[in-house]
Amino acid sequence: MTTVLESLNQALHGAMGADESVYLLGEDMLDPYGGAFKVSKGLSTAYPERVLTTPVSEAGMVGIAGGMALRGLRPVVEIMFGDFTTLIADQLINSISKFRWMYNDQVTVPLVVRTPMGGRRGYGPTHSQTMEKYFLGAPGLKVVAPCALGNPGELLKQVILEENDPVLFVENKLLYLQKVMDEAALAEFESTEYLVPGEYPSYELTVRGAPPPVITIAAYGYMAELAREAAQQLAFEHEIFVQILIPTQLSFEDNLFIEEILLPNLERSQRLLTVEEGTLSMGWGAEVITRASHALGPKLQKVGRVAAAEIPIPASVPMERAMLPQVEDIVAAARSMV
Amino acid sequence: MPDNQALYEELYRIRRFEETVLERFSSGVFYGTTHTYIGQEANAVGVLAHLNEDDIVFSNHRCHGHFLAYGGDMRGLFAELMGKPTGIVGGRGGSQHIHWKDFYSNGILGSTVPAATGMALGEKLKGTDAIAIVFMSDGTLGEGVVYESLNMASLWNAPILYVVENNEIAQTTPIELGVAGSIAGRFEAFDIPSKELDTSDVVEILPVAGGLIEEMRQQSQPRALILDTCRFGPHSKGDDTRDEALVAQMRAERDPLNIHAPRLSAEERQSVESEIDSAVDRAFETALADPEAEATLP
Repeated sequence: MTTVLESLNQALHGAMGADESVYLLGEDMLDPYGGAFKVSKGLSTAYPERVLTTPVSEAGMVGIAGGMALRGLRPVVEIMFGDFTTLIADQLINSISKFRWMYNDQVTVPLVVRTPMGGRRGYGPTHSQTMEKYFLGAPGLKVVAPCALGNPGELLKQVILEENDPVLFVENKLLYLQKVMDEAALAEFESTEYLVPGEYPSYELTVRGAPPPVITIAAYGYMAELAREAAQQLAFEHEIFVQILIPTQLSFEDNLFIEEILLPNLERSQRLLTVEEGTLSMGWGAEVITRASHALGPKLQKVGRVAAAEIPIPASVPMERAMLPQVEDIVAAARSMV
Repeated sequence: MPDNQALYEELYRIRRFEETVLERFSSGVFYGTTHTYIGQEANAVGVLAHLNEDDIVFSNHRCHGHFLAYGGDMRGLFAELMGKPTGIVGGRGGSQHIHWKDFYSNGILGSTVPAATGMALGEKLKGTDAIAIVFMSDGTLGEGVVYESLNMASLWNAPILYVVENNEIAQTTPIELGVAGSIAGRFEAFDIPSKELDTSDVVEILPVAGGLIEEMRQQSQPRALILDTCRFGPHSKGDDTRDEALVAQMRAERDPLNIHAPRLSAEERQSVESEIDSAVDRAFETALADPEAEATLP
């Protein structure tokens, strides 16, 4: 079975093979190293003229890639750790995400910034964070996060080859070694793929054979894996039946995940629990709940949020474990809602 | 190369455009603010005379002079300042954020240099012969990402000309409070050859810029041109904290129009000036008569 990392690596090979305008920029990209997490392995050997290993200059490389994209190339930038996206925030938020609109739709900016986010490896305060919430309010910037469902590589390939707007592509580190879930691996679950035109895919998981869900859990990336474990515990130990809705498009451009997928399901379950690995305040979950609440009013009976505690991430693994959301936190939150 | 009369036309068009902007600002026809190029006209005219068809120009907040020297339309720029749909970018960008053909500008100084460097690199990777020219200033030198860009431009041989218009003042901060060390030394540190000129004479700037651009076209490498220049007007409007006597002295000694005008006969000069005066007025009045933007989101 393929891991998420292998799937993403194959996608980069596929995208570079399919389109000569695809370039990779990033730190330590050259083989045999192939990038700090090896997602870019083999690419500098296969396409030496199109892989630019950069100095330690995140803002510069993203700004330069933005210029390349304005002139018709399809650059993909690897930011070694998601924590370093603060360094590219000005390039992305103040300029790159605005170019198309402020130049009156006369340009396109097909730039993809890929980066690993997330903790649970003991890397400490500056190499473990989940930072995408800081980018979710920037108009013109899409934020996309693969999960272990569907085809994460195909998602990346589609973003690289077909998008004409800048995309921040968020890869949770713990997903890398996770197997991509095929039907056999999901034997205990029923899974549905939602394909709404204009939005990247979303997924639904429910425990196979369970009665209708009484809680809808919205989660993305690696949190979908934790929610899956929690769903089993809730079903078998507590007889609480939940569904998990998993978007891959986190930004709210056309609000399609909310309107087409979340709301129809909430009409039935009437309870919404969001799960994210970033810190709680001003997070993705807060926005999802607000939108659902506006749309459903009193029909939305209960809401809950699971997120990281609001402190920097400790390096010590037991302390980190206590600080980040865990399966038992999701179970406890769900139990408190019924 | 443009002859003396053509050069004077370019200089004078920028001057009259910018003076018109300042004269009319108080009447409330323009939105936001503006950053005029008065005093620096010879830089844009002397550098951009060497452009080929597909070459890229990236400018900053003080972009009107660059845009006009690039060949941009005065009515479109007036209309843009007025926030009208007939503006260069439909009123979305205003004075600082415009794009037409291969000309771009952005009011974020930490973005112009990396974006332009990426454009130059992109054209090189695509196999075209286009080069990029980015206009910066002593103020831009304070942004850290500039040095990241110079480093990568040198490592990857991006065909870009970094033009530093050193007017020795960033908004209200004089260069001695904002820039340590040498400007040329900054480029030298990255092995980017540079030339420096302390002049407001377009005829002096023209061949030096041309020589650097020719080298870039031959060798496909970055170059830098440092132009010590004088900003006669305020940073934007009414925010000039400099000694009035100093500005008066600059105007007396370093006016690119006064320096170049004696190369034309009085009749030639008058004919150029009256033609451009009416062209600027016409462009302004046309833009003013253009329909307003609707108060709905595009």
